[in-house]
Amino acid sequence: MNARPVLRLEGISKSLGGKRILNACSLTVCRGELKVLIGPSGAGKSTLLQCINCLIQPDEGEIWLDGKLLDRTDDGALCAFRAQVGMIFQDFNLFDHLTAAENVTIALRKVRGFSRARAEERAGEELERVGLANRRHLYPAELSGGQKQRVAIARALAMDPRVILLDEPTSALDPELAGEVLSVIQLLARGGMTMIMATHQMDFARALAHEILFMEKGVIVEQGAPAALLLEGRATRTRDFCAKLADLRANR
Amino acid sequence: MPDIAFWNETLLPALNRGLLVSLALIIPAGTLGFLGGVALGCVRVFGPPLLRRLGDGYTALLRGVPLAVQLMMIYYALPKLGIYFEPYGAALTGFILCTAAYQSEYVRGAILSIRHGQVQAALALGFSLREAVFWIIVPQAARCALPGCGNEIIYLIKYSSLAYLVTCMELMGEGKVVASNTFRFTEVFLAVGVYYLALVTIAGFLLRRLEKRFHIPGFGPR
Amino acid sequence: MHSLTVVIDALPAMLAGGLVTVGNVAVSLSLGLCLGVPLAVGQIYGDALARRLVHIYVWFFCGVPILVLLFLFYGLFIFLGLPAEPFSICCVVLGLTSAAYQSQIFRGAMLSLPRGQLNAARALGMKDRTAVASVILPQALRLSIPGFANEFSILLKDSAICFVLGTQDIMARTSFAAARTHEHLALYAAAGLLYFLLTWLVLKLLHLLERRVHIPGYAAGAEAGAFSGGQT
Repeated sequence: MNARPVLRLEGISKSLGGKRILNACSLTVCRGELKVLIGPSGAGKSTLLQCINCLIQPDEGEIWLDGKLLDRTDDGALCAFRAQVGMIFQDFNLFDHLTAAENVTIALRKVRGFSRARAEERAGEELERVGLANRRHLYPAELSGGQKQRVAIARALAMDPRVILLDEPTSALDPELAGEVLSVIQLLARGGMTMIMATHQMDFARALAHEILFMEKGVIVEQGAPAALLLEGRATRTRDFCAKLADLRANR
Repeated sequence: MPDIAFWNETLLPALNRGLLVSLALIIPAGTLGFLGGVALGCVRVFGPPLLRRLGDGYTALLRGVPLAVQLMMIYYALPKLGIYFEPYGAALTGFILCTAAYQSEYVRGAILSIRHGQVQAALALGFSLREAVFWIIVPQAARCALPGCGNEIIYLIKYSSLAYLVTCMELMGEGKVVASNTFRFTEVFLAVGVYYLALVTIAGFLLRRLEKRFHIPGFGPR
Repeated sequence: MHSLTVVIDALPAMLAGGLVTVGNVAVSLSLGLCLGVPLAVGQIYGDALARRLVHIYVWFFCGVPILVLLFLFYGLFIFLGLPAEPFSICCVVLGLTSAAYQSQIFRGAMLSLPRGQLNAARALGMKDRTAVASVILPQALRLSIPGFANEFSILLKDSAICFVLGTQDIMARTSFAAARTHEHLALYAAAGLLYFLLTWLVLKLLHLLERRVHIPGYAAGAEAGAFSGGQT
């Protein structure tokens, strides 16, 4: 395994309204790794992901990309950083006034400075990759939830990100639609894309994650390979949580 | 250097006189116009088809034609049909007729915005239709219509200045007389503007209080 | 039918007045648009001072009656030594007022967009300027068209009081003809009809524009639901 760190967080903390939401979170992601964040809702998974690309400005901590420290006060540096860190949102956040293809091209043109033709070509390739080449002229409202999320993935991929952050990409979707999104993410993981993903899909995490990070009350309490954390007979918080999740599923 | 004698002896007494007339226009026109609007709005939703059509036509007409034209009609044209109005009466009548049309639009919108399920749920609980309207529709519709109707009152305050067109001596008219006599347009109309700003700001404050008082979390327009 | 002949005689002048009215409204509406968008952007994304200033501007122009503003600006024009030409004073007053109202329309539209739109644009590395220009405004302007149509019809009706300063618009020509012939009823009815037709015509045009820039799933009520289920 190539162990070069791509993204490193050092002591990220965030308080909102006097409440500590993140408490000194640190993590390192190496090239080609898939890290999965799990934990109860309200644990701070989503806040941590949004702090990584400073959609929420962390109060303290350092963010390193490819061995370079991010200067969060410098707008230009921040935009350049974000352009290299893809983000997939829980509720897709496609630009509602643009077609699927335009959603992919807009950042290429306005941020990367691509010509229209080149951006369109690239958008075609990325939509092809997520299996939506034939939907390129449809508007978000004409797409299903799963298709929207796949367009969002294509939009992030087109920027050639060093790492992609996925914030519960399937939790707004019905199970059968979640499947099509998960298979796209699986394809990316196999292709060696570096990713950090918050999810409740334990089977997916077990099968594909290189490492699982378990968060609770703003702290990363456990981390390790899925096999180690979820091993039969080991008394880890992660296992407790997963057992609870499984119970909930079974009772439903 | 402001001319204090001019302000104290000429301008302010005239404007205060005008303010009283303005209030005597706004308060009855606002009240009667609102009541008329509620009645008209209900007729336009629940009335028999013919009345509904008439109500829609009336509203479209009064909302489509400038208030200035309506006032001119009432004051200058109706005498030809043998209907005479004092300036004050003409202005008041015009305001009531026009406000009722605008208000009815909000009332109608509010009633129509209530989801069918709300009435169904009430009927399912054993309410009679009359009880359902009184306990379920009215409280919801009133909250829905409140911001629009309140806004309309603020418009009425501003448009009450059009009474000047039919020579009714309210704030605007008094101001115009002083301005024409002394040719101090900027000064006089700044003062008139401040009077109207005060009226509008007070009304806006009261309306926000009212809205807050009846606010229900998650209900109505965000 | 004496009154009918009077109306027919006055009609050419009234239609010429209609051109003045339309010109007045067109200039004011454009001025209001050009000023209203930056005002709205300033009120949402500006710093504390900018927000305060926009707030005061809107408070003033939404609180003072047009009639008062017309005479106030008449005085101001003279005070500043500008030519006190009625048409331009009316355009300035209606334009500044409309800017205040239009800024509130755009502001409402911008605030109604989900917060995620801006976040998504930022996450792609867009600068805030780019994000507002290419993601927020195109959506907000579309959402504003109904409000814009409403603003137009209000402005058209407001323009009917400009004759107090002496613009040669529909109202001025009508009252002139009425004073000469004493046929107030017929003439003002005709004027009312003219305003009514103008409103109707432009609202039809704006409705066409709305349909032209329409995007599936956008605001237009009934259509929003029609697509959401079918395409899965």
